[in-house]
Amino acid sequence: MAHMTPTPVMDPAGDRTMVLNMGPQHPSTHGVLRLMLEIDGETIVRMMPDIGYLHTGIEKTTEAKFYQQVVPLTDRIDYLCPMTNNLAYCLAVEKLLGLEIPPRGQWIRVMLNELTRINSHLVWLGTHALDIGAMTVFLYCFREREDVLRLFEMVSGQRMMTSYFRVGGLSLDLPLGFLDRLKKFIDAFPSKVDEYENLLTSNPIWMERTKGVAYLSAEDAIALGTTGPTLRASGVDTDLRRDEPYTGYENFKFKVPVRTEGDVYARYLCRVQELRESASIVQQALAGLPEGRYKAEAPKVVLPDRENMKTQMESLIYHFKIVTEGFTVPPGEVYQAIESPRGEMGYYVVSDGTAKPYRVHMRSPSFANLQALPKMCEGRLIADVVAAIGSIDIVLGDCDR
Amino acid sequence: MALAPIFRKIFLVDLIKGLSLTFRYQDPKEIYTEQYPLERPQVAERYRGLPRLKMNPETGKTLCIACDLCAKACPENLITVESERDPVTKRKVLTKYTFDLSRCMFCGLCEESCSTDAIELTPDYEVAQYSRDGMVLDQKRLEEGPDRKEYKR
Repeated sequence: MAHMTPTPVMDPAGDRTMVLNMGPQHPSTHGVLRLMLEIDGETIVRMMPDIGYLHTGIEKTTEAKFYQQVVPLTDRIDYLCPMTNNLAYCLAVEKLLGLEIPPRGQWIRVMLNELTRINSHLVWLGTHALDIGAMTVFLYCFREREDVLRLFEMVSGQRMMTSYFRVGGLSLDLPLGFLDRLKKFIDAFPSKVDEYENLLTSNPIWMERTKGVAYLSAEDAIALGTTGPTLRASGVDTDLRRDEPYTGYENFKFKVPVRTEGDVYARYLCRVQELRESASIVQQALAGLPEGRYKAEAPKVVLPDRENMKTQMESLIYHFKIVTEGFTVPPGEVYQAIESPRGEMGYYVVSDGTAKPYRVHMRSPSFANLQALPKMCEGRLIADVVAAIGSIDIVLGDCDR
Repeated sequence: MALAPIFRKIFLVDLIKGLSLTFRYQDPKEIYTEQYPLERPQVAERYRGLPRLKMNPETGKTLCIACDLCAKACPENLITVESERDPVTKRKVLTKYTFDLSRCMFCGLCEESCSTDAIELTPDYEVAQYSRDGMVLDQKRLEEGPDRKEYKR
């Protein structure tokens, strides 16, 4: 397959076509994606995405860290949805350990995950609209995103690289006043989504640029391994939150938006609807947030409470042991996938029984979704490539790891 | 073709709907931009910024017991702790503590691991320095905090 060659070189067939490099420093490629386009006039004959410009080596780095030290690294893979990465990794290790998280911990995880989805979709909507030429939406989206980031800062201490989840629960309980602030934000949020839709959904220019553009059929979408809203916009009704519930998603009621058109406009509608569904899940989580512990009772894995650590000898010993030696994980391998804003984010963790993972592999949604890009664009106009890249919502840090 | 879509197209109803929203936000009260050096953002209490080593307020001595936990917990191995044993009291005494801020990713694992609450990541978010050497903080600078000038126009 031409897409698999290690150093792809394009040979223009005759003098009819020319090869054009789009990226890696192109504002609409959302990072450092290089697209090699073979074009005939303005029509794309062939397209090859070239990745690797943002290779971080995180997958390899994890092998030299303790299990608890990997959590801050997972933030940096998909930097628009740090909490989902944290969660996927923690769930995978917890599955190996056989740990059960108390309900309060699970509900907070769900709540923050849906906030992360809102955060990620807002960045997507803003930049996607900006690429196509609607400047105003970007400003409104980032206004709401600022509120979400302030909430993250309040709960975890950082705006983007949160590192809030731990293997076995959370690092801290929710701060005072957080729930009130979150409630204020989430009650007002659906009206803000109305504003974005007001600007875009029936805007004639927006519809001209997105309707029928970058079509992807359901068969192709499945064959190319796409997941998330890219797949659901092609008419395939899958959502891991509903189909394989994790961390207590079975307790929440939500709809999975599915469209059958398979174009950029359908993907836009899917994601905007997901914004509303996420807001409703956060509201449900707020209404029924249980009391109790936020981390599991597992002294050999989870750090003890700080008060106990300062007063009880046994807790102090466990604290020293976990920090200096790490906790050991029984040998085995596990795959845990969750529904990230982009699609199926899976962590494959292999343990050899020591305190450091033998191998951590991330099945990242951006990488798989990027495969669908040539299928969407070949035979279409060069101006539509920008819309197509925006519509699959890739993060290059997620592609390269 | 039905009449309603034609009507919408001729009179640009959808465009006007969007524009009216934009004009509603022309009110000066709706400005969200912060004039940064003049207007300083309020960060959260838990914010993980510039590290500090805390001292006992009564004796003025460091709270650090040189247990090396923060250095072990750090994923980047950027903390070095050196100590020696006091021959009289038989206690470990901190002799050198450095924190390489240039490699820090502010994950907060050192803060979480500290058994005496000596190291803390404070809500101080201005960590830029003039040189790379300046990013390596020693015990004195960690205890005293940043020496900062107030810039005024």
